[in-house]
Amino acid sequence: MSTLTFDIANALAGLLVLVSFLMLYQVRLPAVLDMLALHAGVLAAAVAWQAHVQGVPELYVTAAITLGFKAVAIPMALRRIIRRLGIHREIEVISGIGPTMLAGIGLVALSLEVMLPVTAHVDPVTREDIALALSVVLLGLLMMVTRRNAVSQVAAFLSLENGIDLAAAAARGMPLVVEISIAFSVLIAFLVIGVFLFRIRERFDTVDVRALDQFRGERR
Amino acid sequence: MSLLLLALLAKLAAAVAGALRARRPDGWGIVYGMSLGAAVLAALGALLAAPGAVVLPLGLPWIGVHLRLDALAAFFLLVVNLGAAAASLFALDDARHETAPERVLPFYPAFLAGLDLVVLADDALTFLFAWELMSLASWALVIAHHRESGNLRAGLVYLLMAGLSALALLFAFGLLAGTGGHYTFAAMRAAPPAGAAAGIALMLALFGAGAKAGIVPLHAWLPLAHPAAPSHVSALMSGVMTKVALYAFIRIGFDLLGATPWWSAVVLLALGGATAVLGILYALMQGDLKRLLAYSTVENIGIICIGLGLAMAFRSAGYAAGAALALTAALLHVFNHAMMKSLLFFGAGTVLHATGLREMDGLGGLLHRMPRTGFAVLVGCAAIAALPPLNGFVSEWLTLQAIMLRPDLPQWGLKVMIPTDGALLALAAALAGACFVKLFGVSFLGRARSAATATAADPGRLAQSAMLGLAMLCLLAGVLPGALIDLIAPVTNALLGARMPTQLAQPWLTLIPVAAARSSYNGLLIFAFIAAATWLTVRAVHRFASHDLRRAPAWDCGFPDLPAAAQYGGDSFAQPLRRVFAAPLFGARETVELPPPGSVAPARIEKHLPDPLWEILYAPVGSLVLRLADVMNRLQFLTIRRYLAFVFIALVALLLAIALWQ
Repeated sequence: MSTLTFDIANALAGLLVLVSFLMLYQVRLPAVLDMLALHAGVLAAAVAWQAHVQGVPELYVTAAITLGFKAVAIPMALRRIIRRLGIHREIEVISGIGPTMLAGIGLVALSLEVMLPVTAHVDPVTREDIALALSVVLLGLLMMVTRRNAVSQVAAFLSLENGIDLAAAAARGMPLVVEISIAFSVLIAFLVIGVFLFRIRERFDTVDVRALDQFRGERR
Repeated sequence: MSLLLLALLAKLAAAVAGALRARRPDGWGIVYGMSLGAAVLAALGALLAAPGAVVLPLGLPWIGVHLRLDALAAFFLLVVNLGAAAASLFALDDARHETAPERVLPFYPAFLAGLDLVVLADDALTFLFAWELMSLASWALVIAHHRESGNLRAGLVYLLMAGLSALALLFAFGLLAGTGGHYTFAAMRAAPPAGAAAGIALMLALFGAGAKAGIVPLHAWLPLAHPAAPSHVSALMSGVMTKVALYAFIRIGFDLLGATPWWSAVVLLALGGATAVLGILYALMQGDLKRLLAYSTVENIGIICIGLGLAMAFRSAGYAAGAALALTAALLHVFNHAMMKSLLFFGAGTVLHATGLREMDGLGGLLHRMPRTGFAVLVGCAAIAALPPLNGFVSEWLTLQAIMLRPDLPQWGLKVMIPTDGALLALAAALAGACFVKLFGVSFLGRARSAATATAADPGRLAQSAMLGLAMLCLLAGVLPGALIDLIAPVTNALLGARMPTQLAQPWLTLIPVAAARSSYNGLLIFAFIAAATWLTVRAVHRFASHDLRRAPAWDCGFPDLPAAAQYGGDSFAQPLRRVFAAPLFGARETVELPPPGSVAPARIEKHLPDPLWEILYAPVGSLVLRLADVMNRLQFLTIRRYLAFVFIALVALLLAIALWQ
């Protein structure tokens, strides 16, 4: 394998991590969704490159699904939702962007530290990709934990799922049927979450998840 | 071996029959009859069957069920099945009174089968399965009368302790099996753990067996659970199950583990001494007949533990003959206590059914109403109070002989502990004397303290024969202990490579622990002397005094019609001992309330007998568990973000652990 293919695969995966970081500090919801679309786009590119490198045509289908669903359809639908909810101009209050970014850097370091020794014997493309995919997953989790708005939590969840996709594509030989079923489950999750967002909104006049906690009668 | 398997099968069949026919009027007859037959069969098998092993194709497919009969198993099987046969015979009469047969009949034979199977098991899985069968079946019997107050709590405490004990044994076997994971006892014996692992395994076995046997401070469940069960089951639990628990310890400590470190003997000796003295002190303070007997079981377990500790100490010092003497004394006491405690529990059960009372302060004068029960209980009391020529004396005397051997042991711990245990054993024996004088005196002598007591009567013939048979065994084992000691010799030979001198070959059936020059005891001679002296005294009294007998009002200090409640009672009897021992040890207090001058209100005296062990050991653990549960409960009401954060933090922590560990 030439260094160029390796470099490109690495760069795309690194880019995905970078976009995860970008998403982490967006405070406006439309910006978060833009980043989500960008995230999925980069993922589609990374998967397509993997298809080319590995010579597996099914991965092109995966890339196409990713591009169509995650980069275009879902962000558009979410954008419609926030417009209909009237929260597209809201600024989300996030406490401590600086520490969050630092924690994210720590997570990336941790996942590299964990993954690189474990995957010592596999080929370098897979190795780097899996390490970076774990970083994307951890960053998505971190964002889910730090956000209060349900829409940005959904976006974080989807970016987390992108990380899993990247790992699967890099691990050589994820069957197409698995990819399609994952795509469908994401779609269904999206539908369910969308419905829930409206229901929450109807009841509580907000999509801030703190309202749910208050409804349950908790102190925290 | 096939005889034993047949008996085991018969017990399981009886359990099924009990489940099917519990509500029929003939159900109890079938179940107890079958149990009696099976127990007799198994006792015969234990006596006659040649040692052997068998692997049954049951249980886990690649392990099977290993059963093995060796000398140790045969001895314990004999004890278990003699007790079981007596209990079944007793129950054939006693079970008529059972109000909830469907809660007793299925579990009783299963309990017997569990006891047998523990002793016969030859691999860890079978052993633990049988152990749990024994625990759960007896738990079901403890809560058979679940509507009586306190029984459910007793059941819960029992279940917790039984679970802990099984857990400890599980870990002990895990250590014994080592990394190879060979669960048969033969494999464990071939490759015993070394160093710290051996010590930990032994302590775990001591905890596991001790929690079941009732070694202080793990005894708390015993006086709750044993009295709660129906009387014949109490007899089995107290007389037999505690011994089977000690069997587990002997099997691990003397058989499976090779050499044991000397400090384990110190631990065992210290626990044994404390158990003996505290157990009998608690027993002295009790007013409840069955609870007194249960606490006395704790004492006797302590005595056996002293014997086992001595055997362990002598073995680690390489003094095989002394170890054989100590182990023989312990095993002899196992047999003796199983017989006399069963007898006493049968007596208590008979009294309970005849009068409906367990509190001794309601009894009194029963000797006139129930002469045969009274006689049997008297023999049992004399035996357990270690009076010659009965069997309790022989085993305690042998234990003391072992203590007095005192070879040159290099370890300071043993140098201090062995004489201390001698003193504690002597103290326990003396207190036991007082305790059983109290039991017999308050319940069977004097005047009836309640109407129910005044109309009590002896039980049916079968129950009587169970009690008198056991009394006979107590006497025989006391007069001819040599036969039993020779029966135990193969056990000590197998475990320690030494044995006591052959007793039946001695002139005049004298009992000789080590050598005739040092000490000897002849039960037959003492029995003959006591019998002759009694006969002469009775003759003399009748000859010179009986026809001079004149019945007249006693000197009554000016109170002619004293109520029966004004007799010397159990609490009055125990008061001096309570003041001397229980006040400093348990913090017992008495408060006296005198009415003001001119008032006609009665004066009151109240005694408080707290249990410091419960307060120091069990209560903090209980409250800690509750507090932890309280803290954990908060986890149920967190926000979604916090749950996510938990998942996240857990994931990061695990990844960090991997990163650091690599």
